[in-house]
This record gives sequence, C-alpha cells and structure tokens, in this order.
Amino acid sequence: MIKMNKTLSAEGVSVRRGRQPLSDSSFLLTITISMFIAIYALAIAFLGDKGFSKIQMFFNLFNENAALIVIACGLTIVMISGSIDISVGGVTALICTACTVCLNNHGFNFYTALILALAIGLAFGIIQGFLVAYMEMQPFIVTLAGMFMGRGLVALIEVNQIQVRNEAFEKLSGSRIIVPFLGDYNKKGVFIPSKLEYGVVVAILIVIVCYLLLKKTRLGRSFYAVGGNAQSALMMGINVRKTRFLAHVLCGLLAGIGGFLYLFHTRSGSVQQATGLEMDAIAASIIGGTLLTGGVGNVIGTLFGVLTSGIVLLVVTAIGSQDPWWPQITRAAMLCFFIVLQSIICSRKKK
Amino acid sequence: MSKNSNKQGSKAFAAAIKNVVRHRLFIPIAFLAILILLNVFINPGFLRISMGRDSAGNPVLIGNLINILNNATELVILAIGMTLVTAASKGQDISVGANIAIVGGVIMRLLCGNETQPTQLHAPVIVAFLLGCLAGMLCGAFNGILVARFNIQPMIATLILFTAGRSIGSMVMGGLKPKAVSSFGIYGNFIPGFPVPTPIIITLVVIIITFIALKRTNLGLYTRAVGINDKASRLNGLNPALVKFITFVIMGLCVGVAGFIQSSRVQTVNPYTIVPSIEMDVILAVALGGNSLSGGKFNMAGSVIGAYTIQTLTSMLTTLNVNTNAVPVFKAAIIIVLVIIQTPIVKSFFSKRAILSRLTAGSGKERS
Repeated sequence: MIKMNKTLSAEGVSVRRGRQPLSDSSFLLTITISMFIAIYALAIAFLGDKGFSKIQMFFNLFNENAALIVIACGLTIVMISGSIDISVGGVTALICTACTVCLNNHGFNFYTALILALAIGLAFGIIQGFLVAYMEMQPFIVTLAGMFMGRGLVALIEVNQIQVRNEAFEKLSGSRIIVPFLGDYNKKGVFIPSKLEYGVVVAILIVIVCYLLLKKTRLGRSFYAVGGNAQSALMMGINVRKTRFLAHVLCGLLAGIGGFLYLFHTRSGSVQQATGLEMDAIAASIIGGTLLTGGVGNVIGTLFGVLTSGIVLLVVTAIGSQDPWWPQITRAAMLCFFIVLQSIICSRKKK
Repeated sequence: MSKNSNKQGSKAFAAAIKNVVRHRLFIPIAFLAILILLNVFINPGFLRISMGRDSAGNPVLIGNLINILNNATELVILAIGMTLVTAASKGQDISVGANIAIVGGVIMRLLCGNETQPTQLHAPVIVAFLLGCLAGMLCGAFNGILVARFNIQPMIATLILFTAGRSIGSMVMGGLKPKAVSSFGIYGNFIPGFPVPTPIIITLVVIIITFIALKRTNLGLYTRAVGINDKASRLNGLNPALVKFITFVIMGLCVGVAGFIQSSRVQTVNPYTIVPSIEMDVILAVALGGNSLSGGKFNMAGSVIGAYTIQTLTSMLTTLNVNTNAVPVFKAAIIIVLVIIQTPIVKSFFSKRAILSRLTAGSGKERS
C-alpha cells in the first residue's frame, strides 16, 4: 500500500523525492541525459568537421526521428502499464502504404489520409488491447501476430515500393519551419537559418501531452499503479482491465500519428518500410529509464532515449566505417547495456 | 436386452470419442489432417510420390509430401529447442532466425575463406559443422545468461540478438556472398545414389536423439519442474537458473544444426534474407502442438507435428499463389485463434469449474 501511495499521488512523489534525491528511474534518466550530452560534446570536439558543430545537425536529429519519438511515447505508456506492443513497425508500414495508395488513386487529401492513419492505428490498438486486457492473452504473442498481420496486409495492398504522387501533400511535406535566430554560416559566410519539419512540432507537442497525462491525470497515475502491482491496484479500486485496454488503445493511436509522421517524412510506402522500428522504440524507452517490468518511466526519458540512439548512430556513421553492419550492432550493444543495467538495479532494489 | 447392450455400446463409443478428443495430440493431428484433406481437394495428385532423376541422373523421390518433409527440417529442429525454452523460461526465443544467419556466416567463412567462387573447400565439412554448432551454442549461451542470471524476460533478452544477429552474420562473412562448391550441397539436398533427401534423414536422427534424451535423462523432468514452479524446484534441490541456461544452449545447438542444413541447401548464405521470420513459424508450431506458451508442461511430439502442419500450410498457400510477403497474415490469424482457445477465460466456459476460475480471473496475476 505504501508503494501505491508513492506512485499514485503526484504530490507524494514530489515529497519523497525531496528526501530521496535519486530514485532508480531518475538515476537511469540522469545516465541517459549525461550520456547524450557527453557523446554530443565528444562528437563536436573530434568530429566537428563532419558537421557535428552545426546547429542544423541538432535539428536534423529531430527531423529524422519525429515519428520515432511519437511511437516511442506510445510504447512508454504501454510499458509503464506492464505490457508491451511490438506491432508498431508493422502498423507504420501499413499506414504508409495504405495512405499512399489512397492519396494516389482514390482522391484522398491530407485530412482524409490523416483520418485513415488514425483509424488504422486505433483499430490495431483496440483489437490488441481487447485481446490482452479482456482475454488475458500474452501481450508479446498478440502484438507479434499484429506485427505480422500489419506487414502481411501491406503485401496484400501493394507489393512494390510506391511514392506519394499528390501535389498538395508533397508541397506540405516539403515545407519547413525557419527557426528564429539560430543557424549556421556556410563556406561563403552566408547565414543559413536552421529548418525544422512540421512533424517535429507535432512530436514535441505529443511528448508534452503524454507527460501531463502521465503526471497529472487520474488515468496516467493508474497506468503506473497497474504496472507497479496489478493486485494492489485492483484492491484500490482501479479497473485493471480497462486501464490496460486504454494503454493499448493510446499506444495504437500514437502509432497511428507516428505512422502518419513517418509517411509525411518519407513520402513512400513499401513492405520493408520501418523494419525494426518497434525495436528502436522499445530501446529508446528502455534507455530513457522505463522499466520492462512496468510501473516506472516517463516520456522525457524516452525523448532523450531517441536522441541518444540517434546521435550514436550518426557518430558511428561519421567515424567512417563503410561496413553496413555497424549501426545495427551498435544499437543492439546499447540496448544490451541498458537492459543489463536495469536488471542489476532491479535486483539491488529487491535486496 | 439388446437395447441395453446397444446403449452400453454407444456409451462406450461416446467415452472413446471423448478420450480421443481430450487427448493432447488431438488438436495438432486433427489440424494436420484437415490441411492434408484441403490440399488433396485442391490438388488431387497431392499424395503421389514418384521416382525421378535429378540433373546428374541420380534416382530421387519426387512428390509434394517429400517436399514438405524436406522443407520442414529446420522448423522441426528449431521447434524441438523452442519447446524446451518455452517450457523452462515461460517465454520464447525470437532470435533464432538471426542466429541462423550468424551460424550460416560462420560456416560459409570457414568453407570459402576470402574467395567468392572457391574451387575447393577451405576446411573439412565436419569442422565447419562443429564450429557452426559452437557459434549457435554461444548465441544460445548469451541469451541464456541474460535470462537465467539477470532475470530478463526471454523475449526482451533475445531482442538484442534479433536486432544484431543478421548484421553480425554479414560481418562474419566480411560482406561477401561466397558460393561453396557443390559437393557441400549433399547435406541439404541428396546424397548421390540415395533417393531420400538428406535433411529428412537428419530430422529423423534429431528426433530419435531427442526422444532418447527425454526418456533416459532428467532433462524433461527438470524442465517441467522449473517451468511449473521456479521456487518449488529450487526448494527441491534443482538449480532453476542452470536448467534455463541449458535449455537455451540446447536451443543454440538446434540453431547450429538448422543453420548447417539451410546453408547447404543452396551452398550460399545471404544473412539479411535467410529464413525470413522463421521465429514466428517456430513459435506457431510450438503453440499448435498444444503447448502452453506460458511455460510448464510440454509436449514434444505435438511440437514436431505442429512444425509439419505449418510447413503444409505454407506450401498450400504457395500453391494458391499467395504472395510470400502476405503469407504471415494467415499465420497471424491462426496464431490468434489458437492462443484464444488456450486462454483460461475461453477454457473456463467449457469446463465445469467455470465459477471457480471466473472468481479468480481478472486478479491480474499474469505478467509476461
């Protein structure tokens, strides 16, 4: 019960934090943030000539990873509630292909495509949530089936890679926001302002909304309670099944938004698209301090998790190894490091 | 009098039917039978096996059944390992496909060296086989340490190699795509002069070894004990961590053998496309065999039959001209139906103890 009080009331957390300066979650978060800053600083110091000293590089990190940030937020919510969803990559591929086909051949515009994307994401979320929460099936099996279902449906719709051919959509997707006062000088000394994609703004907004949802609302606190200990949550009168169901629905919705951002960024669809996206999203959540066992984590950490793995990949590519295998191996090594770290922290807590 | 005996006879018949239906192998065998019937319906010559000659003029057996038995080899071998892993650690190993890429990379590197079109084998096949198995067992040991020592859920622990495995395989091969000499192909195709495909014989040997190991050693018993209750088995003097570790190493050995056969089939390996999404098929085979995916008791014969069933399904979908990338849709649908049947909620609707289980359901005790 004490533990529940601690996780359930927002005030309780802040009071306890005063006494106990570094909880496990914030310890992991601190590691992630300092790792991000350290890697970025080292990259600027040693690889500055490869573009790391440019401010645009920092914004490109966001431009490239906007979709991943949104999807990883959804996974963080699901993981906090003690479940998991590995279907997001398949869902993203399905959204990209379905929206592309509709934009090209069925006269869809930006808004109807967005609605289609959200509908696909929600449909996956609702079905998987129902199976996990009300049928008590293992989330990994259910969402593994969802992952293959998503990718398989892509092949049923369209086997080849297709590009968006819709002028209005392409124009909107190609436009950028100019960041005031920030920018780089090129070789001729001309000032080039930094550019952001619209997707980044959406992603940042979603991070803020998720943060507030998890910290301030009743639903958000019950995610933590259910993930921390479902038995106690049930005794406290929380509807455990409904909470789990809603966590999956939210993840599905965010996968829908993320999938649309992915389409907005790449403007194409194919069967092989977004392979391993679910692994990237899970890795980002874990790196950001979300515990696999549930009940601990927050989306700010996830944001930094995405940025950290993004900068590591950039550094690995910039170090100049032409071999195509290093990015995947580095990613896996980083995942391994954080998983083992978590496990050690968890076992220490038990003692 | 005759009426009475008739009644008794029908009662006995009903009881016999009930026994057959309740038998744990009923679902897998029934599913396989239905699939074969469907296949015969689609293609009347499905069951025909004839004697033909291959390009070198050697006698070989030809037929759909032979093809299914042949192509199911990797699936059967992996399903054996996966059954043990599932039973002991209450989770599945999703890195098997990626690990096969690593094993294939090791074998190709040993046999071909740095050449892309070698004219001879650079190492004896037996050495390549043993080192391939060793590579598979090392992968298994890595997963096993994470699961047994660090208490990480199996699917998350194997996620690491799932992410990295195919890249590691490519790295081992140095980015080359060598093709070994065709004499290496006898392990994945035919031994000249012998009409039965070699993989079928290897499968038989592996099944017999597994059968003996489960009969003669405590492997099966210990695995079940750890899977059913981790703590109770510790109190009984077992070491649950060691048992889990051993099941993962056995899984690695199975991956080694499967990778060897797979790389011998076409004598070349592309780590990024070798055995795509086989982990799904293997898990499906285990589930289809009547095993609970949340560990505990297991049924090895069921898994083997399940693997053949999956291969029959795949070959049927291929006959129906379904796109290779779309095949997972059907398998995913089947997986969901099978797991729904296994859930306690659905089972409780069909059992007499429904009230009791409904009282305990929803306590949120499951957390994979």
